[in-house]
Amino acid sequence: MSAIVQQHAIQTGRGSLAGRVSDFLWKHPHVFLTILLGPPLLWLGIIYLGSLLALLLQSFFSIDDYSGLINYEFTLATYRQLLNDANFDIIIRTILMAAIVTLFSAVIAFPIAYYAARYARGKWKVIFYLGVMLPLWSSYLVKIYAWKLILAKEGILTWLVTKLNLLWLLDAWLSLPVIGGNSLSVSYTGTFIVFVYVWMPFMILPIQAALERVPTNLIEASSDLGGTPQQTFRHVLFPLALPGIVAGSIFTFSLTLGDYIIPQIIGSSRLFIGQAVYAQQGTAGNIPLAAAFTVVPIIIMGLYLWMARRMGAFDAL
Amino acid sequence: MRSDKSTSAPFGLKIAAASGLLFLHLPLLLIFLYAFTTEEKSYQFPPPGLTLKWFAVTWERADVWQALWLSVRVASISTMIALVLGTLCAAAVSQTRFFGRETISLLVILPIALPGIITGIALRSAFSLADIPFSFWTIVLGHATFCIVVVYNNAVARFRRVSGSLMEASMDLGANGFQTFRYIILPNIGTALLAGGMLAFALSFDEVIVTTFTGGQQSTLPIWMLQELIRPRQRPVTNVVAMVVVIVTFLPILGAYYLTRDGDQIAGSGK
Amino acid sequence: MTAAVLFENVSRHFGAVRAVDAVDLAVAEGEFFAMLGPSGSGKTTCLRLMAGFEQPTAGHIEIFGETAEGVPPYRRSVNTVFQDYALFPHLSILDNVAYGLMVKGVAREERRKAAEDALAMVKLPGYGVRRPGQLSGGQRQRVALARALVNKPKVLLLDEPLGALDLKLREQMQEELKSLQKSLGITFVFVTHDQGEALSMADRIAVFNDGRIQQLGTPEEVYKQPRTRFVADFVGSSNILPPEFVAQLGAAPQFASLRPETISLGQNGSGRLVLDGTVLSRSFLGAANRVLVIVNGTRINVMSPAAASIPAEGDPVKLSFDRADLHLMEAAS
Repeated sequence: MSAIVQQHAIQTGRGSLAGRVSDFLWKHPHVFLTILLGPPLLWLGIIYLGSLLALLLQSFFSIDDYSGLINYEFTLATYRQLLNDANFDIIIRTILMAAIVTLFSAVIAFPIAYYAARYARGKWKVIFYLGVMLPLWSSYLVKIYAWKLILAKEGILTWLVTKLNLLWLLDAWLSLPVIGGNSLSVSYTGTFIVFVYVWMPFMILPIQAALERVPTNLIEASSDLGGTPQQTFRHVLFPLALPGIVAGSIFTFSLTLGDYIIPQIIGSSRLFIGQAVYAQQGTAGNIPLAAAFTVVPIIIMGLYLWMARRMGAFDAL
Repeated sequence: MRSDKSTSAPFGLKIAAASGLLFLHLPLLLIFLYAFTTEEKSYQFPPPGLTLKWFAVTWERADVWQALWLSVRVASISTMIALVLGTLCAAAVSQTRFFGRETISLLVILPIALPGIITGIALRSAFSLADIPFSFWTIVLGHATFCIVVVYNNAVARFRRVSGSLMEASMDLGANGFQTFRYIILPNIGTALLAGGMLAFALSFDEVIVTTFTGGQQSTLPIWMLQELIRPRQRPVTNVVAMVVVIVTFLPILGAYYLTRDGDQIAGSGK
Repeated sequence: MTAAVLFENVSRHFGAVRAVDAVDLAVAEGEFFAMLGPSGSGKTTCLRLMAGFEQPTAGHIEIFGETAEGVPPYRRSVNTVFQDYALFPHLSILDNVAYGLMVKGVAREERRKAAEDALAMVKLPGYGVRRPGQLSGGQRQRVALARALVNKPKVLLLDEPLGALDLKLREQMQEELKSLQKSLGITFVFVTHDQGEALSMADRIAVFNDGRIQQLGTPEEVYKQPRTRFVADFVGSSNILPPEFVAQLGAAPQFASLRPETISLGQNGSGRLVLDGTVLSRSFLGAANRVLVIVNGTRINVMSPAAASIPAEGDPVKLSFDRADLHLMEAAS
């Protein structure tokens, strides 16, 4: 036969196992896709989603067991002793804190992002990028620890304020109701500063990404048409950067909403949602109530993400 | 229209940007200073004196070494699992057209999009429901879950850049699927996977919230630090550990940056 | 004789889109075959069906008499020169060219020698150590050609091989591809949207539109006897005369194609058809003049040699042409 001498146009069944497996997968792309997607979907679906659903189910048990009352009132009735403040207070306090942290993060992040997007070139671009990435990724606990050092009564902040002869101002601030306290490290002010410090870097890169998509000539066009820098900012730059700000705020808001370590280490004794969840499942051993508590940030973030999506913030992520 | 305006920023903006960056970096620098302080009972500033002796003391501490070793083991295994699962997922999403790609992306991102305490408490209650005792593997289970997204993000970005025609060219030249993966896909996505792996390692090495719920009595390095933060007993040792942690997490970040700098922007923005 | 590539009633649908719709074609062995058409006409999908990157929704494909549907690309002795060249960026030029031999398990020394020979054949000797990023577009194209030919394919597929090159380089490559194909005797199938390229290079042309072959024939047939208005219009330029106009010329009332260069100004020669018209405009093209004449409300383009004298705009003019050059077309499209 000439087949041995002359090359065939189609070489069927080259003997190797790899070749045959490859043929099979090529002929059955759905099998191939299943093999690719199977392990990650099983892992995330069973381990993660499974646990999450089981947790949420437990929060429903408490509703069924105690006849039709919604979670918060039921928990108020049973754990009045543990939760002196209404859970509602905790939720409001947490949301308020998350909102203020988000606002200040945006204000601090914007100039950095704007400078990096419009003016930084070459070497400076890299410096800005790493200057944001390193704090963003450096250890969460170490960052909190650094602020514990700073805010301690004998720490650098008190020292600095004393040197500047501004101790009276600090004392006046600390004597304010609600936001004051014995020292910064046990006050809402301290909690707020650390929240902003830890989560603000998450705001910078999305804003920068949004601003980098604004063509420079739009800004030039605005000033060409007689817009003052303030007007240009208000009517051109800010609206175009808004999706980036909203995208960044998803992080700052969500992360503040669920955090329980920062207020535990630097803050007053009044609880945030994360602490309440932690206390319920830990000391109190009340998983159903803890589960019900986790529903709050999930719902809030769900609404938040829905709104963010409508504003086109996902393109800036 | 070219003018100086377009290259140099207004003074106010410069100040605001510089202050913002200083605000981010000064506290971290302070950690380095405190590692050398002679003061051991308080956080006094300025330090009354500087010494290297706490490095030696820390070096001798068995509990620190144990915690460090556990963290390294957890981070390594979690990273490996995340590398496999994240790459598979990225390959499926970018190489094939199918329904529900958005859903897959959402599912991968969810473990870090929801607050860590929810992931942690969900896993903990699932472990207790299923009667699984806390172990090394319960920690890994949690860590691998939220590390997948980091690998996935890096791999998806790179897959997008490796044009589909390269894979077709390889097949056209006679390479079967495995050969194409070995000789074409792997070399082209290798650095992105390495970068994703480094970031996943850094993420796991630093994780404390989920670990609190899945670790039982075991101490990873962050758990050890958390205990010190709540009840300070070994201030000088904590100072040294904090500095080491900063350095250890900086290295993978810098490494990941250099591996992905041409093109894949913002490799780690999805922390 | 078995065809190098045979399509029997082949369709490829993407959802509701019929990219390729019931196509029959047979490429002869050793032929230089062109698939010509606008973008989205199905020509590239046909090429991908030959390479194995796509599978037919219906129909039957044979390559040298062997069934090809369901056979992966890596099991076909068919190689492709990609439009974007698709050189592997992480491999040297030599490793790129030797890739096909490497995955087939050819020994290192042997494949290195074969790759160097292939590079010499495309006039890039000694370029093996470079990387794809260090080469110009034209050089990359030659590497892509060498990388495909080193495997001694039975059919070589070229996807818009000259599309990214500038005019001078393109003309040079046309010549080289043609002589390469002659000397190697390999069947070449190439896809192009450039009718000039197809006419000058191919032995036969398949003209595609809307997923179907409009006409298949030699360049001369396709040019002189376009079967449909689409072909007449897409291959070269032509005067497409409406049925009622054609009827007045004493032919069947159908659309007809009349190439501008077959018409002369003035009444010269006998036995030719003569039309009376008025000059609307004229433009100088270098080698020729283009004169636009209106005849009974129908515009007719005339290509007149540069040396001939041209009437002024608005002047009455007589047009004459051979009846044989008036080509009647099918009613459809």
